[in-house]
Amino acid sequence: MTNAYDAQQSRGLLPAWGYLLGIGVVAYGIVPLLASDYVYDAILAPFLALSLAAVGLNLLTGYAGQVSLGSAAFMAVGAFAAYNFNLRIDGLPFILSVLFAGLTAAGFGVVFGLPSLRLKGFYLALSTLAAQFFVEWALTKFDWFSNYNSSGVIDAPPIVIFGVPFSGPSGRYYFALTVVLLLSAFAARLVNTQTGRNFIAVRDNETAARIIGVPVFKTKLLAAAVSSFIIGIAGILWAFAYLRTVEPHGFNLDRSFEILFIIIIGGLATLRGAFLGAALIVVLPLVLSRIGTLLLGGYFNSGVLDMSQRILIGALIIVFLIVEPDGLAALWIRARNRFFGALTSRRPAREVTA
Amino acid sequence: MERHRKKTSFLSGLAASLTLFAGALTTSASADEQFFPLQSYRVGPYAAGGTGFFGGTIDYFNLINSRDGGVNGIKLTWDECETQYEVERGVECYERLKSHANIAAWNPLSVGIAYAMIDRITQDKVPLITINHGRTDSTDGRVFPYVFPLLLNPYSETSGIINYIAAKEGGEANLKGKKIVVLYHGSPYGKETIPIYELLSKKLGFTVQQIEVPHPGNEQQAQWLTIRQAKPDYVVLRGWGVMNPVALKTAQKTGFPADHIIGNVWSNSEEDVIPAGDAAVGYTAITTQASGAEYPVLQEIVKTLYDSGKGNLEDKKRIGSVYHNLGIVNGILNVEAVRIAQEKFGKRTLTGDEVRWGFEHLHLDEKRVADLGAKGLFHSINVTWDNHEGDGRVTFQQWDGKKWKVVSDWIAPDWKLLRPIIEKSSEAYAKEKGLKIRSAGDADKVTSIDVKGESTKN
Repeated sequence: MTNAYDAQQSRGLLPAWGYLLGIGVVAYGIVPLLASDYVYDAILAPFLALSLAAVGLNLLTGYAGQVSLGSAAFMAVGAFAAYNFNLRIDGLPFILSVLFAGLTAAGFGVVFGLPSLRLKGFYLALSTLAAQFFVEWALTKFDWFSNYNSSGVIDAPPIVIFGVPFSGPSGRYYFALTVVLLLSAFAARLVNTQTGRNFIAVRDNETAARIIGVPVFKTKLLAAAVSSFIIGIAGILWAFAYLRTVEPHGFNLDRSFEILFIIIIGGLATLRGAFLGAALIVVLPLVLSRIGTLLLGGYFNSGVLDMSQRILIGALIIVFLIVEPDGLAALWIRARNRFFGALTSRRPAREVTA
Repeated sequence: MERHRKKTSFLSGLAASLTLFAGALTTSASADEQFFPLQSYRVGPYAAGGTGFFGGTIDYFNLINSRDGGVNGIKLTWDECETQYEVERGVECYERLKSHANIAAWNPLSVGIAYAMIDRITQDKVPLITINHGRTDSTDGRVFPYVFPLLLNPYSETSGIINYIAAKEGGEANLKGKKIVVLYHGSPYGKETIPIYELLSKKLGFTVQQIEVPHPGNEQQAQWLTIRQAKPDYVVLRGWGVMNPVALKTAQKTGFPADHIIGNVWSNSEEDVIPAGDAAVGYTAITTQASGAEYPVLQEIVKTLYDSGKGNLEDKKRIGSVYHNLGIVNGILNVEAVRIAQEKFGKRTLTGDEVRWGFEHLHLDEKRVADLGAKGLFHSINVTWDNHEGDGRVTFQQWDGKKWKVVSDWIAPDWKLLRPIIEKSSEAYAKEKGLKIRSAGDADKVTSIDVKGESTKN
């Protein structure tokens, strides 16, 4: 597995906190001035949830090298656990339901991470499929999870934190944004610690890592736990802040693949890539569908338009991966280096292939 | 560097498309029109249902526009947005289309999407139509003012099917000791009737076994093996899309007779039986609307639209098929609700809430149905403020290998039995959500200004 740039490299002109501050100002200050309900509910909400899921998967797959096809299952565990904690423990603050749900997902992650101690590559990917099918099956089979709702679809509870309701499209956006920023900051910090370096060491060469004293088993399980925790919380955002209904089939294998594609397209082992990839996967189909309807809506029905979009998106992804196999994050860095060419010439971009 | 130039052009292309995208965000609206956002699906595993149903509804809207110049001069307009029957896409389509002015009603034709929309459209005060499907307890208009499972909710469908089986067996008393297997689609739609089958089996003394087929249902060996071991007297097929022909073919392979399989209202189309070939001969299914193109309204659609190439169906052979006719009936109900509301509020563009009032007074008796050219196509409907289903009648049709033959009268489901169960469920929902139960007086209060702009409050 290759990563585009090592973690230090991807830092640019400003210190990390400078970027975070900039993102914060734009996300909290400027976006709300421009966004309509449509932008909040149809673009930003799924974007934030999928970005966070991709951040989580990137820790496991991009940094620690463990391929997983079970991301959607952990999202489902998070969403259903949060629903049930909230429903069944009277007076439990919402934020604690979220936290416990994340821990539940982390627990699942560890259980289904156990095979990674013995399996690698494709074999591991297949065993994570078990998580995917098991969770979907269990949530459908046992009605307790959906509180015996006859059709198995449950309504998301209102989001209230410390007495402050986060309602309406902008309220849900602020909630999702805060969660995503906090967890992404945590992930960004984590990958620069000894633990993060252990992840990379295990990914790059397990035997070598063991020889230099990296606790391989512990590292793998830790990666699974942290990753599932974050993905579980992403599931809560998906269900509570975006769709506002919770349904097991919304977390099917397609969703797992979607998240995997996001990190491949965005760039493995870069947190920025998770966001860029999610933006592409969420926004591009919408842009194409809008343009298609606008330009050709009179000539073709929605089915033909939808088919052509799929072809176009598929072709774009193939072209893109050929032109830039290191993902959007690498593209971003290269574009930035060109833009600030003079400034960055002091430290030339050095491609690290691991 | 060559590679870099490529990147730049890619980026500028992206920028250009974003600009276009921003332009596309602004939608135009004109007065004197009533807009129907159609969350349709023409691709994916359920495309047969989607193209037929939305084709029928659009055909009827087109007929009203070109024959009558709209409803009392108000043109009907619509936009389609492809959902592929997926909830996320349905929600995106809702968000995309809801800013359009003059929305009359939503018709997503998907239980999952409808569930996700209930809170949103209640906020917007725009009706949500789930004809022949949907959330059963939304029949109770006291709790769900804006949701309309018109004609047949899932419980009524269940009751109709059990009544039909009872009639075949020579009366309800003979159901005792019989065994019925329900093979249901693994989706919110499919699961909706689990409790009512359990309840009816206890009440009438038959045993019921309910088996799920995971979406989309193109592999059913295991389920039919279980059925073979259970040796039921009847199998109720609560399928959708590709699951239905696969079920019929697998039944034939395992030796279960087709004439003891009873299809539900979403397993009753030509698209369900034709791919199954001779495995489907003798298969019987419930329906709320007859198939065939001999009804006057269909003749007019053929004459006005298809003869001049304006029809919505690509394959003319599907004119008068079950889904197409259901779409036409859906069109009739939507249009008549607008017409009835116009009589009350004036012949102008109405708000969603005014159209809601129209649906709550949607009373089409057999005579009115005949005037609309739909005599025999469907029976009648009588929606009130607290009964959002409207006492739809059902009939049964049997597939003879070429077409559906009606094999029963119009049957009424056992509404008296179902209503208390529905009210129990809807009242529990109201309690959970902290909703006030509406009275007849509340139902008559109608908002005449567009409230969508305020939706940020939620």
